[in-house]
Amino acid sequence: MSVTPPDKHWWDTPIHTKEKIWLMTAFVWSIVLTVAMPALHIVGEQNTSSQYSRISNQDFDTLTDRFIEANKIGEEKGVPIVEPKPGSDVYIRGKQFGWDPILKLKAGQSYKLHLSSVDVNHGFSVFPINMNFQAVPSWDNLLTVTPTKAGMYTIICNEFCGIGHHAMIGKIYVE
Amino acid sequence: MSKFRTCPTTGFKIHAPAETLIQINAVTAIVFLLVGGILGLLMVLTRWQAVHILDAEWFYRLLTLHGIAMLVAWIIFFEMAILYFASAVVLSSRLAAPWAGWLQYLLMLVGAAIVAVQVLLGNADVMFTSYVPLKASHWYYLGIILFAVGAIVGCVVFFATLVVAKHEKTYQGSIPLVTFGAMAAAIIAIGTLAHGAITFIPTWLWAAGLIPMMDPEVYRLLFWGFGHSSQQINVCAMVAVWYTLGTLTVGSKPVNEKVSRVAFGFYILFINIASEHHLLVDPGLSAAHKSWNTGYFMHLAVLASMIHAYSVPAAVEVALRKKGYTKGTFEWLKKAPWGNPGFSSLALSLVGFGFLGGITGVVYGTEQLNIIAHNTLRIPGHFHATVVAGTTLAFMGITYYVLPLIFRREVAFPGIAKLQPYFFGIGMMVFSTAMMFAGGFGVSRRQWDMTGVEAPFQVNFDAIVDLTMAVVGISGVVAVLGGVMYVLVAVGTLLIGKKINA
Ligand code: HEM
Ligand SMILES: [Cu+2]
Ligand SMILES: [Cu+2]
Repeated sequence: MSVTPPDKHWWDTPIHTKEKIWLMTAFVWSIVLTVAMPALHIVGEQNTSSQYSRISNQDFDTLTDRFIEANKIGEEKGVPIVEPKPGSDVYIRGKQFGWDPILKLKAGQSYKLHLSSVDVNHGFSVFPINMNFQAVPSWDNLLTVTPTKAGMYTIICNEFCGIGHHAMIGKIYVE
Repeated sequence: MSKFRTCPTTGFKIHAPAETLIQINAVTAIVFLLVGGILGLLMVLTRWQAVHILDAEWFYRLLTLHGIAMLVAWIIFFEMAILYFASAVVLSSRLAAPWAGWLQYLLMLVGAAIVAVQVLLGNADVMFTSYVPLKASHWYYLGIILFAVGAIVGCVVFFATLVVAKHEKTYQGSIPLVTFGAMAAAIIAIGTLAHGAITFIPTWLWAAGLIPMMDPEVYRLLFWGFGHSSQQINVCAMVAVWYTLGTLTVGSKPVNEKVSRVAFGFYILFINIASEHHLLVDPGLSAAHKSWNTGYFMHLAVLASMIHAYSVPAAVEVALRKKGYTKGTFEWLKKAPWGNPGFSSLALSLVGFGFLGGITGVVYGTEQLNIIAHNTLRIPGHFHATVVAGTTLAFMGITYYVLPLIFRREVAFPGIAKLQPYFFGIGMMVFSTAMMFAGGFGVSRRQWDMTGVEAPFQVNFDAIVDLTMAVVGISGVVAVLGGVMYVLVAVGTLLIGKKINA
């Protein structure tokens, strides 16, 4: 009984063969999972890497402003649209309650996307491909991105960031 | 000298103060479950966009409270009752220092009350995770700290009772498996609450304006060192309850004590380290670090769950076969006591936790796959399978035995009790599955509106998402109904249940 002290020889009780088979199966499976994750990191192509750095909110703000100034091609609903050069550094800034700027990217080209927030945590969720990253203030989360399909993507904030959280939606165009 | 009585059913000698503390903690837990359940209903009826009953401000405010009332208050008050049961009652011992038990209760109650008031006043719209720089009033953090200190006191009383029982030789040989499982939970709790202290004490001082803010990423790391490992307390407590229910419902006996105990040991050793699966898409930690943390060690804890996933049903099967249900492979399963709410809770809890919650946990905790799961509805889908369909349902199941054994009353409304686990368990499993499905389309968690009505840009979800959210809504209501049935039976038993003389 599980509510009474065990038999005196509980430590020496042999394990039933069926349970032994299960134990071995489970153990092997655990090893497979353990190896699979780092292995997929190396051969897979969609992993976050270790390219992050600390940055003050102020510096990130300035860098984003400069980036917008240098690459701005228009505006939509008051949010600047920028068209950066392929291969360049691009910035996306989370701020209660909006993402800016709107990016215009080219399919098949790579960009260095710097993601951060200048106030509280935000969540960077790209719809409809459902890719999700965390925007943490005072940290530059650097992602190397290569859009593969042309179209319009929306960025949903998916980390609670205040009462206006659900209004925090941005955009990316890929052509 | 304190009084003891002998339980006529189990033969345990029950110490009066232990009995009172179990009662009061369990009743308080159920009150929080009721509150949290009403909030859950409001949450689900708001997320179901076609109904959408709350406004944004109250949705977020009450979501904070739902998380705390359920994950913190209901679960931990009930676990305190389990700790006292697994030590004093199961070992037929006196409870060490009953005054400390009362201290545990009061600290937790006052802490929970402060937190609830602060949230309702609108001073803490931060969710239970309270990621800095989001800031609540300093009272909120103080409430959390008091609650946590109360829980530590409860764990200390538990350990002290184990020592007393050993010293006074109230049992022979080793402690029973259930007590062992509870001990694993209490050990993890102590480590976890230490993380809680280094997260919340500086945050409290910051909110009070005394020290600078902690780095937001460091906060997330420390918070999950606490927040994730504390889920392992729940797993340990739940597994201990599974073994207890196996014994109480069909008289099962652990198939191999050594294996089960080693598995509990794995929980203690390995789970804490897997906390970084909350941070897989965060900056600040290298890929190698995340992969090491969430890979190697976590899978050894998963191994422990796989061991219990075999040994609990195996023990039930052996016990039922001994009763003569030996025809074919599955006669024992067909003839199992499905009308006994303790048994159906056990079975559904095993399925909900193991298949739905456990598997999705491993999947979403994988570095690559986390990218398409992080902060979507997949996550609340996953943990409503583990901590609700799993842990909460197991705790509901054991209540049907705690009522007669500890409250000494016959379970009232047996007809409702019989159906209750099915409503709650199946409702919750459908609810979780539907949330995970919606999350797969990119529907975000903790979001009052998913279409962008107040945003500059709109989001056009596939029509199937609306249908899925309706399923979330309906199954959520069914689960809430199951919760109401549980509260009705429990409260009904306390008020009008026939007294059992002993
Ligand atoms: C009885 C029926 C229940 C229903 C219908 C329900 C419903 C919900 C809903 C709709 C959400 C919001 C999901 C989102 O928008 O992110 C939620 C969040 C949550 N629920 Fe439940 N729930 C129930 C029971 C429970 C129980 C028993 C627990 C814990 C033991 C629990 C723990 C939580 C937690 C921790 C959150 C997350 C809060 C946050 O994101 O900060 N729920 N629940
Ligand atoms: Cu945001
Ligand atoms: Cu947000």
